[in-house]
Amino acid sequence: MLTKEETHNEFFTMGHTGCSGCAQSMSVKLIMEILGKNTIATNATGCLEVFSTRWPESAWKIPWIHSLFENSAAVASGVEAALKAMGKKDGITVLAQGGDGGTADIGLQSLSGMFERNHDVLYVCYDNGAYMNTGYQRSGLTPFDAYTTTSPSGKESFGNNRPKKYMPEIAMAHRIPYTAVASAGYPMDLQKKVKKAKSIKGAKYLQVDVPCVPGWKYEPKYSVKLAQLAVQTGLYPLFEAEYEKIISVKKISKKVPVEEYLKLQGRFKHLFKGDAGRAEIEKIQKIADENIERFGLI
Amino acid sequence: MKQVLEGSMAIADGVRMAEPHVISAYPITPQTHIVEHLSQMVADGDLKAEFIMVESEHSAASVVLGASACGVRTYTATASQGLLYMEEVIYNIAGMRLPVVMTLANRAISAPINIWNDMQDAMAIRDTGAIMLVAENNQEAYDMHIQAFKIAENQDVMLPVIVNVDGFVLTHTFEVVETIDSIDKVKEYLPPINMEYKLDVENPYSFGTLGEPSVYMESRYNLYNAMNFSRNIIIEAAKEFKDMFGRFYGGLTDSYKLDDSQTVIVAMGSVLGTIKDAVDELRESGKKIGVLKIRSFRPFPEDEIVAALKNAKNVIVIEKAICPGKGGILSVEIRDSLFKHKINSVSVNGYTLGLGGRDITPKNIHDLVARAEKEENVDGEFVGLSQQYL
Amino acid sequence: MDFKVGIIAMPGAALSNKTGSFANETPVFKHKTCTGCNLCIYFCPEGVVYGDKKTKIYDFDSDYCKGCGICAEECPVDDIEMVLVEK
Repeated sequence: MLTKEETHNEFFTMGHTGCSGCAQSMSVKLIMEILGKNTIATNATGCLEVFSTRWPESAWKIPWIHSLFENSAAVASGVEAALKAMGKKDGITVLAQGGDGGTADIGLQSLSGMFERNHDVLYVCYDNGAYMNTGYQRSGLTPFDAYTTTSPSGKESFGNNRPKKYMPEIAMAHRIPYTAVASAGYPMDLQKKVKKAKSIKGAKYLQVDVPCVPGWKYEPKYSVKLAQLAVQTGLYPLFEAEYEKIISVKKISKKVPVEEYLKLQGRFKHLFKGDAGRAEIEKIQKIADENIERFGLI
Repeated sequence: MKQVLEGSMAIADGVRMAEPHVISAYPITPQTHIVEHLSQMVADGDLKAEFIMVESEHSAASVVLGASACGVRTYTATASQGLLYMEEVIYNIAGMRLPVVMTLANRAISAPINIWNDMQDAMAIRDTGAIMLVAENNQEAYDMHIQAFKIAENQDVMLPVIVNVDGFVLTHTFEVVETIDSIDKVKEYLPPINMEYKLDVENPYSFGTLGEPSVYMESRYNLYNAMNFSRNIIIEAAKEFKDMFGRFYGGLTDSYKLDDSQTVIVAMGSVLGTIKDAVDELRESGKKIGVLKIRSFRPFPEDEIVAALKNAKNVIVIEKAICPGKGGILSVEIRDSLFKHKINSVSVNGYTLGLGGRDITPKNIHDLVARAEKEENVDGEFVGLSQQYL
Repeated sequence: MDFKVGIIAMPGAALSNKTGSFANETPVFKHKTCTGCNLCIYFCPEGVVYGDKKTKIYDFDSDYCKGCGICAEECPVDDIEMVLVEK
């Protein structure tokens, strides 16, 4: 049972200014339910930072710090070191957070440093596949053929012409104790992975697929549906790894053609015009099929 | 105890006496020896600190930012390119009012790449909101680091302090340094860090929030005020240090043979040693000349400068940095201070010397003194250029 | 000198911001076919849905609900309906 009063006592509260239907705020809420009071969080510059801490407001009831765009992992390293120096590390989770740009592009160096030093930090990348806070520009995690304002479609373009960077495997290559990929569409799976990460000492990486209403251009009510379709098409494989070894994958219960996922989103609407677009959708289907093969999703 | 110490070792030992909890380090010449010494102290158990070997200067500054926000004492060091790489973090540390202490081993900026000493790097961060002190010799560098923590952690200051030491000239030079034997005495001078606001699960504040147009200016004004206020604390810290340890180098500035001086040479850092030697010689030949040492570049010691220079005729500012498109930096600020106080009887001649490690010799000083008498308000002119490369 | 200004916020202070004003639509919990699966609680991006698995009575906090409609869309038994907010 959950009462109205209890909803106001969450460690990530309502009253933030995230968009209606925001899957990132949904994921933060789910993660904080597991991590609880004894957590210190860092945050890269981005949507979450802006919408959760407009001074004098803050949606956080845990100690939280935002510094810059690219240093969330380094600031978290410092927090962890300070806790160790004070003899207070035991029982406190250090949570570092960033969007896909703050994680896989500009923050990759500091993240790599945090991994390689194996700080006892859980790094969560909220992946919405573009720089949404600045108005939907392409990042290294933007999927193939997605329209963004810096990878627009046009007479000579089908949008982003590069596939998404395999960030979780970059994390795994650091031989950190735990890497996981989760989705806002599967909250129990997400919370299970957070619970596991919380129990492991050392550097952890969790990447969460968080659909973005204005960036992906869909109706707010479809956030969960799209997150689930990304998994069921094979475009967003969910798995867990210990060190460099994958230990579990979320199987696809019923394989869905990528078209079902793409057609709900304005960022892919240019693919639904003519034969050339159809050929592009085939390429995206191939990416999904390769994922299914590579991760053994079926 | 008197010891012959390399500058970097003296600095590391001064830092050890302050017992920082978290130290981050990334190698860059000529700063590297400092963090090498510190890491050895940690390895030997002589210093109980978390020593974090980071992957860049940006992270070096970010690690101490995160640690400092937790309420512990923090230290890092850098130079030149490394400083520029961490510049946005320094703004952030100052903006968040975190009392990080760091050493800047002053070095030239690329291009061309040059590992030798000048103060161009320091000038690049003068507006960050960090307090910037400048040490003249290794003894002062040792003492200044202990003072730096006291200044930074003052409840009404709460700003990062950057201690400038000339790369190689101080960092790699062995001098006699009198170290403090009793760490308890240092503790008496520098009490444990005590921050009112910190990252603490029992009092969970949010740091580094979004400051909208309605509040950003007020936040910056508070920082500006704290920087102004820190003048008192820098002076106090120097005086208290003198009472306790017997050594004093001035507060925001120091003067040398100034009283009846008609000509005053103004400078910062190790070059003051050379200048004082030249001034002694000039005094012997009957010249009324003295020296004004800038010990605190930020906050800028405007009142002290005006008081020291108002009766002079000729001021010579020796600068190891240049502002292309304008001229001098320190000299411009000095001229502005005098102008604000309606003192127009003083000619302020700013000269650029010693860039990229070029020696500044006693002869340079003698030549400039002779030259400055014939010139008025020179603005950052280069001295000692080699004609064959022009 | 109050250096908190613009940089340090108090925990949970965002609760003063009633984001319910964002909403164009608002959920109605019909309480007819509800199975008590709790998905509406899990999936609410704001955390405004509350209720009891046993009694199968759910409600939401209109002070903060932004009206995204995810609860209605994801309800497996169509027991939540979105209706227009009268403004």
